[in-house]
Amino acid sequence: MAASVYTSPLEKGWYYLHRLLCGAVLLFLIAPILVVVPLSFNSVPFFTYPMAGLSLRWYEEFFLTDRWQGALHNSIFVAVCVTVLSTVLGTLAALGLSRPSFPWRTAVMSVLISPIIVPVVITAVGVYFFYADVGLLNTFAALILAHTTLATPFVIITVTATLAGFDHSLTRAAAGLGAPPVTAFFKVTLPLILPGMISGALFAFLTSFDEVVVALFVASPEQRTLPRVMFSGIREEISPTIIAAATVLILFSIAVLITVELLRRRSERLRGIRDL
Amino acid sequence: MSTTAIQIGSTFEGMPLRLKLKRIERRQKFKALILVLPLLLFILVAFVLPIGRMLFNAIHDDTLLTLAPHTMTALRGWDGKDLPGEAVYAALAGDLKKSWAQKTAASIGKRINYELPGSLSEVISSARKASVLPAGPYKEALIKISPLWGRHDVWSLLKRGTSAYTGYYLLRSVDYEYGPDSQIVASPPENRIFRDVFLRTLGISIGVTAITLLLGFPVAYLLATLPRKSSNLLMILVVLPFWTSVLIRTTAWVVLLQQHGVVNDTLMALHVISQPAELIYNRIGTIVAMTHIQLPITLLPIYSVMRTISPSYVRAARSLGAGPFYAFWKVYWPLTLPGIAAGCLMTFILCLGYYITPALVGGPADQMISSFVAHYTNEELNWGMASALGAILLTVTLLLYYSFSKLVGVDRVKMG
Repeated sequence: MAASVYTSPLEKGWYYLHRLLCGAVLLFLIAPILVVVPLSFNSVPFFTYPMAGLSLRWYEEFFLTDRWQGALHNSIFVAVCVTVLSTVLGTLAALGLSRPSFPWRTAVMSVLISPIIVPVVITAVGVYFFYADVGLLNTFAALILAHTTLATPFVIITVTATLAGFDHSLTRAAAGLGAPPVTAFFKVTLPLILPGMISGALFAFLTSFDEVVVALFVASPEQRTLPRVMFSGIREEISPTIIAAATVLILFSIAVLITVELLRRRSERLRGIRDL
Repeated sequence: MSTTAIQIGSTFEGMPLRLKLKRIERRQKFKALILVLPLLLFILVAFVLPIGRMLFNAIHDDTLLTLAPHTMTALRGWDGKDLPGEAVYAALAGDLKKSWAQKTAASIGKRINYELPGSLSEVISSARKASVLPAGPYKEALIKISPLWGRHDVWSLLKRGTSAYTGYYLLRSVDYEYGPDSQIVASPPENRIFRDVFLRTLGISIGVTAITLLLGFPVAYLLATLPRKSSNLLMILVVLPFWTSVLIRTTAWVVLLQQHGVVNDTLMALHVISQPAELIYNRIGTIVAMTHIQLPITLLPIYSVMRTISPSYVRAARSLGAGPFYAFWKVYWPLTLPGIAAGCLMTFILCLGYYITPALVGGPADQMISSFVAHYTNEELNWGMASALGAILLTVTLLLYYSFSKLVGVDRVKMG
């Protein structure tokens, strides 16, 4: 609402105060990221401005030492497995849930979404006891399975959202033209829900890639992931390498976000929805 | 369509249409179910079952029952008044001997130690001495070995062990425990820590939720009323932090707030303060970092509700003579309530379970319930306590989630 000509001075004052407050809050939101990222190029291991000089030594340490690279590889390996598992399971479930004939929809949906509601510590403790029982503790399998439970809700949510505007007469038309259900799915349904699936997959990847609590509980140093190394690093002595790692991850998040946004637009274009 | 079919009630291929319709509907239901089934089973086995098992741990403890079986059997007949008779002591001596041989004495000791702090070493040394004890009478011999076995409250404790179910962990989580005669009494003051922990968790969560609402509401309003182009640009400032990992944002706050961090140095360079302020490893650090992390989660639902409110409502109120604040309060604010409820409930639920941020930027006095759950699991290996605290936290969270789904709807959980 722009300040109109007929506003009283009090309203005008209020209008500018509101703008000022919003500016401050938005600054509060973004500043930590903007302030911290340049510090990863600092040539000395201190966290103050002005910086002594520019250097890539922390990035070298991140990209060239085994400790960080091992963790990065573990993280990527786990996240890729989680992405595949959760995308397949989550998409199938979303397809089923979005059928009008599905019984007990709300109840099933609540159960499937619950991993993002239950506090992560409880999930971590629960799976820790459970994996201790079945002898999976300190294995990659444990980490992948636990992360998959945490990641599937995101796939379900994004794919369900894509299916919400899905025109079922399209598959019926395909069937009417003689396509068997499998062909109809791969030729008609899949291309239309693919953007949603890819966004879901990316969210699943990020979820696993960023997850630290479960990794702290069920993984041994053998399966240490990037967030785990960062967590223990922050606890002991925070070094600029952690900031360098964080910067790389932030860039990665930005890339993922942009991809998701582009996919969302494409999906809306495909479905003929154009929101203003 | 189905109703007309039923009304006509005609037959088709020799079968009543109604039956055929029902059959097709059933088959479709089945197909939908088959699609959901793999994930449902996976979540049930890999998520619901482990959590159920954890909840069970909170009330189930058969340590004494499995490690001291003879004593437990003998104790069933004990009336609980005086010290038990020679037969029970003989059973205890036998169990202690066996536990020494099988190296399980420490486990028995640990279990007794939960309820009677300081008795762990007594139990282990009793087992060691009992292992060389000549045959009976055991009662006097055992009491001579350790006065522990002459104490009535120890025997009450052991008697409680004859049941695999115990309320001890749950009672302890709310600062109660069993007295010398198995009655429920308040814990001694030095053990009363959990009520404080729960109140602190609640306090921090309410505080953070209130601050995020206070800060998020005006921004959501701005974003909702600006033209799409400029609001989308500002939206990036909200969504980018939202999708940056919690760990990274917490790291950023550690760097910013530490003693020789950016904030302190800037304030000192500006001569606002003369020496570094304590901004981290205390309540300030926890609240600031948590607010930063939760702000988008409160803001986004409010924003998406505000988007749907037509500005003509407020304009109508104004044209009917309402002042700007009256129009806002009577017309606009009530319309935003669903968004506020969604955002605040979500933030509150997530705050209750916070672990990472308080662990990294909070002091020992800012640890919330989650960190005690982690502490009992990883360090003290007292799984009963971890489960009991977890059970309480989970119950509160699920109750809130239930009201969230009733109020807002599960489908409305969004990610920006």
